[in-house]
Order: sequence, then C-alpha cells, then structure tokens
Amino acid sequence: MSDNGTGGTFSAQAASASYLLGLGDDALVYAQSLGSWLTWAPALEEEMALANVALDLIGQARPLLTLVGQLDGTGRSEDDLAYQRDERDFHNVHLVEQPRGDFAREMARMLWFAAYHRELYGALRASTEPTLAAIAAKALKEVRYHFDHASQWVVRLGDGTQESHERMSAALSWAAPYVDELFEDDSSSVSAAGTGLGVLPSTLRPAAQVAVEAVVTQATLTLPPPSRWRSRGGRDGVHSEPMGALIAEMQHLARAHPTATW
Amino acid sequence: MSEGTLPLYEVFVRAKRGLSHVHVGSVHAPDATMAVRNARDLYTRRQEGVSIWVVAAADIVASSPDEKDSFFDPAGDKVYRHPTFYNVPEDVEYL
Repeated sequence: MSDNGTGGTFSAQAASASYLLGLGDDALVYAQSLGSWLTWAPALEEEMALANVALDLIGQARPLLTLVGQLDGTGRSEDDLAYQRDERDFHNVHLVEQPRGDFAREMARMLWFAAYHRELYGALRASTEPTLAAIAAKALKEVRYHFDHASQWVVRLGDGTQESHERMSAALSWAAPYVDELFEDDSSSVSAAGTGLGVLPSTLRPAAQVAVEAVVTQATLTLPPPSRWRSRGGRDGVHSEPMGALIAEMQHLARAHPTATW
Repeated sequence: MSEGTLPLYEVFVRAKRGLSHVHVGSVHAPDATMAVRNARDLYTRRQEGVSIWVVAAADIVASSPDEKDSFFDPAGDKVYRHPTFYNVPEDVEYL
C-alpha cells in the first residue's frame, strides 16, 4: 500500500483495497480509542454502552480488513493487517485516533463519526462489491444506534446544567477541526466511487451535517465557526502524535508473541 | 456525575412475542429514556429480548418483609384454593 496517493500506476483493485483499508482502519482505531474508557466511564452502564459500540466497530473492521487482504493481492489476514502494520500504513482519519478526553468530547466525536458512518453505510448498501454491500447492511443498524446514543447525551449535556452546557460546547469546538477530513475525497475514494464499489465522502456530508445540526440545536448549542486549522493526511498514512502510542498498545501483545493462539 | 446521583430503574424484558415482560435487574440512568438504552446494552446483549420496559425504582410500591406473616401465611392452609379436587373428563384435553 506504500504507493497510495501517487496516482497514475494505481490499479483499480489496489485503489479499492486502499479505500476499504481507510474504512476498516477508521472502525478498528476508533474501537481501540473507545476501549480506553474501560474503568473510566462515568457509570458502569455507560462503560457497557461504550464497550458495545467498540465491539460493533471491531465487528465491522474484521470483514473489511479481510476483504482488503483479498483485494490487494497480498493475502494478508485481518490479524496481519491489524497487528503487523506500522503507523504510516494505517489509513484512518485523525478524529478516531485522538486520546480519550472528557465524556463530552467522546460524545461529540461519536455524534460526528456515527453521522458520517450512517450515511456511508447507507450508501454502501448499493456497492457493486457484494461483500461490502452485505457488511454495510449489517453495520447500518449498529451505527444508527451509535448516533442515537451520542444524540441522547449531547442533548442532555447541552441542555443540562451551566457546567455541562459549557463543556459540551467546548467539546464540539474540539471535534470541529477533525470533521472535514471525514468528508474529504482522496484519490482512492474517487477511484472506488468510480467503479461503484465505494462512495465519494463529500456526497455524505450534507445529510450528516443536517443530522448533527438538528441534535446540536435541540441541545441548545450551536456548531462552532470553521477553525483555522484542520486535520488532514490520515488517508495517506500521515497521523497525529497520539497514533503511535495507540498502535503500540493495540499491537504489543501480538508483536511480542507473533504466532500465539488461544 | 457519580453513579450515586443517578436514579435507579427496574428493567423488564419480554423474551419473545406471547410471553410477558419479566424482571431482569436494574440500571442507573439520568432519565427513563436513557434507562431503556442502558437496559438494552446490559440485558439484551445476547438477543434475550424483543421489548424492554423500565420503571423508576422509586415508583414501585412493594409489600414489606415485616408483613410476610399477615400477607402470605394465611393462604398456607387453604388447599381447596388449588384446583385439584375436580375430575377432569377424559375428552377434555386442554383444561
């Protein structure tokens, strides 16, 4: 995958694999980030809810990464891809690799990511790749629940106490610079959309934006104005500082015992 | 938001159509809407149900253990309340 983004010599199949790698890595890395809430959630019930979301995402990442290994010709398994790649070979967006902040931040992140995911999987049900269409149909039900969960909390925190209102507002401002990257058309998504396997991320934004704005309005909040800085580069393997530590924690056991089974 | 400040809700799950909702446990939640969601995450992880009810634990009026003697013991010697003194006709299968 090292020639991603260089255009020209890129075969359609490799572009499809690269596109799917982005989808699979988003789910995998966000699941790992959510895992850091275990023992830290505000209540036991919420810890279960966050873990459930993470498990849904791992369930999405597994078949996506398996499909990548089949399409890119390397024959790598889901485990090879999850545990044996280095940071620069991960294609997830920066939003999902950010470390755990306060609970409001997690709900702001989940609101945006689930809004994106809902539109994404809704569109991918019509993918020309039957396996991807099937994954999308199953995952859509899951991410609808993720959006609902985040919505419930954003409304309660935004329309709660003065303190929770301010922290939810700050959380939306924190998430804002990472949102554009979700809906950015990179070379592999343009190629995947061209073959009918994928969908252009930019086409997902209007509906996702409307959904998020509706929740934010109900929460008596407003979305922040566009920030001067925005994240970019995740789809090309260029990540932010927390990614290295996240990968190290996720991979260290598999790397220490490469052929271990249980 | 410590757990102690969240109200308790009792959770009832219907396993499938035709069965009644059965008490399965309780959850903490800020309100009833969230309680249904927390119950979904805690008690239907393995497809245990098709419907969930929650009731604020504070709204449940219960009999007291102190009243056990006067409430339940008087029924102990009234065996005639059990429908076991009838001869069931042979042709009636589903009585």
